[in-house]
Amino acid sequence: MTSTATTGHEKLTMAQALNRALRESMAADDSVVVFGEDVGALGGVFRITDGLTAEFGDTRCFDTPLAESGIVGMAVGMAMNGMRPVVEMQFDAFAYPAFEQITSHVAKMRNRTRGKVSLPMVIRIPYAGGIGGVEHHCDSSEAYYAHTPGLHVVTPANAADAHRLLRAAIASPDPVVFMEPKKLYWTKEEVDLGAELPGIGRAMIRREGTDATLIAYGPSVPVALEAAEVAAQEGRSLQVVDLRSIVPFDDETVCAAVRSTGRAVVVAEAPGFASVASEIVARVTERCFHSLAAPVRRAVGFDIPFPAPKLEHVQLPGVDRVLDAVDDLQWDLS
Amino acid sequence: MTRDLDLLLPSPHPVELIDPTGQTVAEATRELPDDAALLRAFAGLTTARRINDQASALARQGRLAVYPSSHGQEACQVAAAQVLTDDDWLFPTYRDTAAVVMRGVDVAEAFLPLQGAWHSGYDPHEHKTAPQATPLATQLLHAVGVAHAARLRGEPTVALALCGDGATSEGDFHEALNFAAVFRAPVVFLVQNNQYAISVPLARQSVAPSLAHKGIGYGVPGERVDGNDVAALLAVLGTAMARARAGEGPQLVEAHTYRMQPHTNADDSRRYRKDDEVAGWAERDPLARLETWLRQHDLLDDARLAAVTADADQLAARMRTELAGDATPEPAELFAHVYATPTPQLVEQAAVVADELSREDAHR
Repeated sequence: MTSTATTGHEKLTMAQALNRALRESMAADDSVVVFGEDVGALGGVFRITDGLTAEFGDTRCFDTPLAESGIVGMAVGMAMNGMRPVVEMQFDAFAYPAFEQITSHVAKMRNRTRGKVSLPMVIRIPYAGGIGGVEHHCDSSEAYYAHTPGLHVVTPANAADAHRLLRAAIASPDPVVFMEPKKLYWTKEEVDLGAELPGIGRAMIRREGTDATLIAYGPSVPVALEAAEVAAQEGRSLQVVDLRSIVPFDDETVCAAVRSTGRAVVVAEAPGFASVASEIVARVTERCFHSLAAPVRRAVGFDIPFPAPKLEHVQLPGVDRVLDAVDDLQWDLS
Repeated sequence: MTRDLDLLLPSPHPVELIDPTGQTVAEATRELPDDAALLRAFAGLTTARRINDQASALARQGRLAVYPSSHGQEACQVAAAQVLTDDDWLFPTYRDTAAVVMRGVDVAEAFLPLQGAWHSGYDPHEHKTAPQATPLATQLLHAVGVAHAARLRGEPTVALALCGDGATSEGDFHEALNFAAVFRAPVVFLVQNNQYAISVPLARQSVAPSLAHKGIGYGVPGERVDGNDVAALLAVLGTAMARARAGEGPQLVEAHTYRMQPHTNADDSRRYRKDDEVAGWAERDPLARLETWLRQHDLLDDARLAAVTADADQLAARMRTELAGDATPEPAELFAHVYATPTPQLVEQAAVVADELSREDAHR
């Protein structure tokens, strides 16, 4: 599968790394097709599909009518019939018209047919805030998908992972909701696309630390890393776990990390109520209770509709909210 | 590609070749199917009627959890199965179990969901028949995808997608027609307009001149057909399939029919429709009119009828035997097909279930 992968270090944005992953997957496997709104000549509103139609032709990467349920529903049929569709939902909230197709069919076809019909398809969703987007362009919608059995939910936090995880998602026999933190699209990093990285279902420790563990995913990973840096200057050593994959969830890595520090804060943009962050708190508490020196805290979004651009900074968990949660981890009792 | 309006318009009246009294329609717009096709259709109608009646009986006895009968709609069921080749795909709804059986699915597999044992019982790839759809119109888009994939590979597959009159109000019906048209996907949409969406009559679904007219807005040719005239259905669907296969893009067919029985055995249709309305449709029965026609044309006698009936009886007997037992899969299977490889969490949860069940067994 990595025969067409680029090796060697280079500077790439996450958007370019995603584009590279699509290009490599399409070159390696004729059954991989990419479609959605504006993905053809324009290359997608975020340019993730840039150049694919030119390189592979308009039967491999093509624009569709503007109807998300139609896009996902057609992808279901194509996946039933030998193809590996990768569809783009233009923005998080624009995926909602496809919700029935995703939850009732994409997620359930394998189980419904007792394993006879698999749907190897990827639904790419640019999500979350931080870019000053208008209403319907900034939702953190991961909990809807994570709550639906049958879907894998993956979210990279850096360019190398974006490349590795998207290639793995396209190769997966199961449907993957691939959530791209749009505020990180343009972050440039030195990456080695040929490097071996853990696949879907494995979390990674992004920063070692001994006093407390920050658990984050997608757009919140850089926030957690920044908070750990500030904490270090204040003499507190914070470990940072990047989930990478929300479903399957890597209990092993997360729990080992929390047990090693005895304290944890979950960092996420989504409104906290009934959220992925809540699930993580519950899991960690159930599994690591005797190792915990304090209740697991959350530094998350408030339970409000995502604000207009000039107020989004109020909603997004930043370094202060993370460090306030860390400060509340009953340090005086230890 | 834009299309001329007159190429898209359905006929002014539903196509009918054999009238309700079993007479050949004089100014018919299509040729009658050949004798062999009509005899095959008659055997199919007899079988489909027996499937409906036997399944309804099994539901009354509690052997099936539920059965949505297609009694009265058998001509649509039979024609849908009969116009398909082995390359083609069928996308049936929950009411189309008779068509699924006609497609070659064993009754034990076809009725598994109606026994309450699993959500679908057959291998869709083996029979090129999608799982029966319970949500409305969602399967039409899957049909477009299957057809588009086949077309990209240059295969001759046509997808025949079934839905009811109520489903034409759903967004996915419109997205499916539009996508199929834009991509010129070889799909035939067959709307079985049986006049009711559970209790809600057609007048509350649409004020369009007909449901077949709904294709016009998408550049999809529409046609109307007497849905209780299997000869007309075979002719109209046959043409639609041929056009789709020839690369002319999707086709929409509206069949006018009637659900003679309640929505399911759990429904009370007297709350929303009158007995004399039902009686009026009994006179348009698809089985009776073809039998009359075949006898008049010396294609059916008592001996041949007895043979056809015996075959149907045999299938009914097999339903009684096959559906008598408990086909419920082992509970462990609930965790086996959620993903290709169960997640660590599902492995843990399957162990919890195994433990719970072993303790239940110990208490017995």
